Amino acid sequence: MTEAVTTVRRLNMIEAINEALHVMMERDCNVVVFGEDVGYFGGVFRATAGLQKAFGKHRVFDTPINECGIIGAAVGMGAYGLRPVPEIQFADYIYPGLDQLISEAARLRYRSAGEFIAPLTVRSPFGGGIFGGQTHSQSPEALFTHVAGLKTVIPCTPYDAKGLLISAIEDDDPVIFFEPKRIYNGPFSGYYDKPVEPWAKHEGSEVPEGYYTVPLGKARIVQEGEAMSVIAYGTMIHVAQAVCREKGIDAEIIDLRTLVPLDIETVEKSVKKTGKCLIIHEATRTGGFGGELSALVQERCFYHLEAPIERVTGFDTPYPHSLEWAYFPGPVRIGEAVDRLMKA
Amino acid sequence: MATGPDPAKTARGNLPPLSLHVPEPNFRPGDPVDYSFLDIPPPGLLPRPDETCPATETTPLCSGMVRVLGNDHRAVGPWDPKLDPETLRRMLRAMALTRAFDDRMYRGQRQGKTSFYMKCTGEEATSVASTFALAADDMVFPSYRQQGILIARGYPLTEMINQIYSNKADKLKGRQLPIMYSCREHNFFTISGNLATQYPQAVGWAMASAIKGDSRIATAWVGEGSSAEGDFHAAMTFAAVYNAPVVLNVVNNQWAISSFSGFAGAERSTFANRAVGYGIAGIRVDGNDALAVYAATRWAANRARANGGPTLIEHFTYRAEGHSTSDDPSAYRSAHEREEWPLGDPIMRLKRHLIELGEWSLEQQEAMDAELVDLVKAATKEAEKNGILGHGLHHPFHTMFEDVYKELPWHLEEQAEQAIRERQTKWPEWKPE
Repeated sequence: MTEAVTTVRRLNMIEAINEALHVMMERDCNVVVFGEDVGYFGGVFRATAGLQKAFGKHRVFDTPINECGIIGAAVGMGAYGLRPVPEIQFADYIYPGLDQLISEAARLRYRSAGEFIAPLTVRSPFGGGIFGGQTHSQSPEALFTHVAGLKTVIPCTPYDAKGLLISAIEDDDPVIFFEPKRIYNGPFSGYYDKPVEPWAKHEGSEVPEGYYTVPLGKARIVQEGEAMSVIAYGTMIHVAQAVCREKGIDAEIIDLRTLVPLDIETVEKSVKKTGKCLIIHEATRTGGFGGELSALVQERCFYHLEAPIERVTGFDTPYPHSLEWAYFPGPVRIGEAVDRLMKA
Repeated sequence: MATGPDPAKTARGNLPPLSLHVPEPNFRPGDPVDYSFLDIPPPGLLPRPDETCPATETTPLCSGMVRVLGNDHRAVGPWDPKLDPETLRRMLRAMALTRAFDDRMYRGQRQGKTSFYMKCTGEEATSVASTFALAADDMVFPSYRQQGILIARGYPLTEMINQIYSNKADKLKGRQLPIMYSCREHNFFTISGNLATQYPQAVGWAMASAIKGDSRIATAWVGEGSSAEGDFHAAMTFAAVYNAPVVLNVVNNQWAISSFSGFAGAERSTFANRAVGYGIAGIRVDGNDALAVYAATRWAANRARANGGPTLIEHFTYRAEGHSTSDDPSAYRSAHEREEWPLGDPIMRLKRHLIELGEWSLEQQEAMDAELVDLVKAATKEAEKNGILGHGLHHPFHTMFEDVYKELPWHLEEQAEQAIRERQTKWPEWKPE
């Protein structure tokens, strides 16, 4: 339910996320925010700036450097009746907390037949493009989509970031909320020599004040088109848009917004219309979410396909610091795939 | 040129070769047992500091052992909780009921009524006496050998057996391994098979209670073997940092399946001593002395409730039976270990104490034991009416897909339809009840 919206302002994604946290902490006294450096300092990306001052140390606090403890404590808090929103400073550091996410948070409702739930929202910046090297650039979303019981959400605009985060916090299931940090401050065309453009003039940066939601499980058609369906999320939406714009391709671009639950209906409808499917993600190729998407499209749209499904992804290597831009699935790699599909 | 040690000139020749230490228990099958290496202090020796004392004051309690009941079955010293006879009798009854329940369920497993069972024989005090020292609304995060908590809190035995049999009345819908109970109503957290995961969760629950200004505290249990897990140390750090109102129990029953406590670090230090490094209170207690367990838990619970912070309690006890029905302890430990365990049997010790007080008799014990056997038998019969494991597919197939998420997403709905469709082929004779 969307409530009455008053003013419209343009915000950066990081500001929109901060605002979502403010809104939810204001609305629900059970929402608590914690993680490394999130309290007084407001987080390394400033996502939690001002929260401790506004809501006090009992509801916004720093934690030890211990992801297992952060997520494990969040599970216990959720069982108590709070709505914890822990931050994992970089998605690359989520692994020590994986058992608590995969074996505990994800299965709590199932194993207790609904007696206990873990309504936590784990926020974490992910993806490359900031010269973070192999330990600050990973995109581990496929790990989480493989786990029954978790929801995986990835916003692509400030508007969505706020609305999706509010939905995630209100959701009674554990949600992994991956924030594409490359586009925290503006859309990114994929060219390393071109800076991120400020969000100020871009679509999706008009963020209403106060409470509104963007539902989980509903994809967004970024632009309608006939030539092919481009299915992506997060940073890659912006790169795909730039490539299609440059090449003058009338593509239909679909921002999945949530990988689980997946809006298969929108994907299916689009591919049946265009007959061609390009899937883009930054994560490593093998076992990536693109494989799942590709299989689903093949199962459901095979007789409508006019060309093989194309996947553009990161390489199956760790993210190399000095060769980050060679790794990144940028305009060249995407452009080649687009050309192949156009020729088909 | 870089300077530094010249590798060619580094002395190597006279150094002894390094050797890896692999711990080995004192006794293996067939070995005689000599427990004289165990330092078991007499009861009443250790002081009972004020519950709000600085954590450092408990340091002597971490390497010593809090004991109340002596060989003469009398309660002595500052840790004597001075419980009234009625409470002692109720505690004895809950412990005896736990043992009767275990015996019956063990046989049930051998009869094929369920796939798996885990007894807590010899460790009844570590859950029952602890529970008696907590408030009923304190949250417990148990491991898999704390059935005594549910029994002490009056959870219906039939419900427990329904869960063990995974039958149609199993409120966990046949999803959980037998003995992995969950009972929100009795403030009993759902049990995980992944070890020590409940430890940081208990701390998180306790933190939540503190955030909300509640007065309830949390407690957790873990085996000494699982104290080697990272989660244990995460929990200790969080508990210390936030001064969480939590009581953390380590049940040192000497064996983690076939690995003795040395593989969790017992050769170097007591488990209670781990509290010292974290700056939290610690107590090592004779886990077969129900009064000592009660007193230590009461102390820690009062401390937590008074914002004194967390306490780590090591219960020094012995796993008298195998790890589970799938284990054969005679293959790795001496049969004499159990017989000669110097701290005795917790039920026998409490019984003797009550008799010593003139508040109980062997006849009463015999009558109670017989009554408890009948009680468990009746509960078993009642549960069997709802079916046993493997006799029919008790739960509607759709339930397999429920509770993964609050609402069923499309892909699970599709898979549920598939499972229900397959039923016609796989089990054409089967009719849902």
